[in-house]
Amino acid sequence: MNPELLALAEHREGELREVTFELAGLARKLELKATCVLLGFKAQSMAEKLASYFDEVFYVEHDLLKHFNSDLYQPLLAKLTKERRPKLVAMGHTSIGMELAPSLAAELGCPLITDVLDVQLNGEKLLARRQIYGGKVEALMELKESPCHMITMRPGVLRQPEPKGQGKVTKVDMELKESLRKKVVGYVEPPVAEVDITKADVIVSIGRGIRDAGNIPAVEELARMLGGVLACSRPVVDKGWLPKDRQVGNSGKTVKPKLYLALGISGAFQHVVGMKNSDLIIAVNKDPNAPIFNVAHYGIVDDLMKVVEALKNLLKARS
Amino acid sequence: MDLVVCVKRVAEHAEAEFEVDETGKKLKVKGAAYDINEWDDYALEEALRLKEALGGRLTAVTVGDEDSEEVLRKCLAKGADEAIRVDVPTEEMDAYAVAKVLHRVLKKLNFDLVLMGAQASDDGYAQVGPILAFLLGVPHATLVKKVEVLEEWIRVHRELEGGAEEVVELRVPALLTIQTGINEPRYVSIMGLRRASKKPLKVLSPGELELTSEDVGREGSWARLVRYEIPRVEKRALIIEGPAEKAASFIFNLLKERGVTA
Repeated sequence: MNPELLALAEHREGELREVTFELAGLARKLELKATCVLLGFKAQSMAEKLASYFDEVFYVEHDLLKHFNSDLYQPLLAKLTKERRPKLVAMGHTSIGMELAPSLAAELGCPLITDVLDVQLNGEKLLARRQIYGGKVEALMELKESPCHMITMRPGVLRQPEPKGQGKVTKVDMELKESLRKKVVGYVEPPVAEVDITKADVIVSIGRGIRDAGNIPAVEELARMLGGVLACSRPVVDKGWLPKDRQVGNSGKTVKPKLYLALGISGAFQHVVGMKNSDLIIAVNKDPNAPIFNVAHYGIVDDLMKVVEALKNLLKARS
Repeated sequence: MDLVVCVKRVAEHAEAEFEVDETGKKLKVKGAAYDINEWDDYALEEALRLKEALGGRLTAVTVGDEDSEEVLRKCLAKGADEAIRVDVPTEEMDAYAVAKVLHRVLKKLNFDLVLMGAQASDDGYAQVGPILAFLLGVPHATLVKKVEVLEEWIRVHRELEGGAEEVVELRVPALLTIQTGINEPRYVSIMGLRRASKKPLKVLSPGELELTSEDVGREGSWARLVRYEIPRVEKRALIIEGPAEKAASFIFNLLKERGVTA
């Protein structure tokens, strides 16, 4: 029997998250048996869906598993890992993986590396490729030799595999007690947006390079002249300069406009996942090495305000 | 409420250039400013606000060489009561080794809440917090965007993908990793800097913490560097040269051609 990759299924409100299927693809790439653990409240139909991608799916159903709680997930996963002895435990580098993987790895004494882009297994060694310094440098890392390793995989790097046949689905009964120290009490949905940037054909988006809130009205005017809307990357929302509903990226919106004009946006992957499929991407950044130029179709290495003013002058002259 | 904030000094990469030497093991950083990790700065601010609202002591802790004392001075200047630096070289240490060092420091401190950034802007592991919580035997929440103190519990909001938040309650003592944007970090005042020079900054050696070479450094780490590489991705963007006016008119014509503007 092939050694095993044990993936944790991620789901929210009854929907499986894409990263889970990507982990099935990783198992195939590494030629490991693809096994998946699903913990949930009404889990059976999700388990069956997973079985068309994984060789084997284990699921646990319990009232307490309605929401993700690392204090409940950790003992269940620790027990399953000890029983199944997988070669690799894999999760997404997501709000779930980040909460759970490090403390689970510490409990199991299983070497962990997070936010990886690529993995190779070589006997009891694991090689992982990661990005550091906002993607300006890559680091090839090796994990300490161990019969079991753990990773969190950056979502969206691996392609979703095609479904293949029907894997085995097994319901597992496990004892579960409420945590006396950690409770998940609910969700807060994002507020209804004043402007829906996902519907816009033209998006003018600003990042850290805008430098000063006082520069924003001038860029907003450009967006208006182009018949588009103003959006931004995370630092602009963090500073409170634009509302959260204007944020493009992993923790914001995913957009696919006809034109995405990225002004002073460095191009961290958290942003890029939200805009990389736009029809035409033009980036303006002072830093010629900014990763945004690996995504954009056209780039200008200059001060963004100069380009904004020049474009506005041309648009004014036209009308 | 007694608080601990764990901070890291990092090279800010936004304006920096990087070069890898011929061995692949050394990274040359050019033109970088060094400062407190951005995520940790938000954690520090949140800790300061809790201290100001509820009283108690705030201790700032870092692991690293003498250069990293400047971030502790910043913490003291902004209002931390004391600071501790563990004097170990961090080059070959991964997040697991750092968490073990912090554990030795924190188990000797009284705290209700430990705060730190959700990740560091340089290596971005996002591991230290949850590992440290496990070693300390306290509950944790990561990516925190809001903190409310109840009686024996705290209620926090965690940031999820797509803009939703999860509401989690933790019994104290607990550990939180903080997401950027939770607050607006204050600037350091001149008064603060003056006061900071009189506040205690303690330096601990690995020996004082009974740490051996097996706990720290390369031996104590899960992950080891094989080599650095500067990504040689083919630049997809066609770079439009020239002064802003020329570049703008290229774009203007391009948009007309593509029918994006009328």
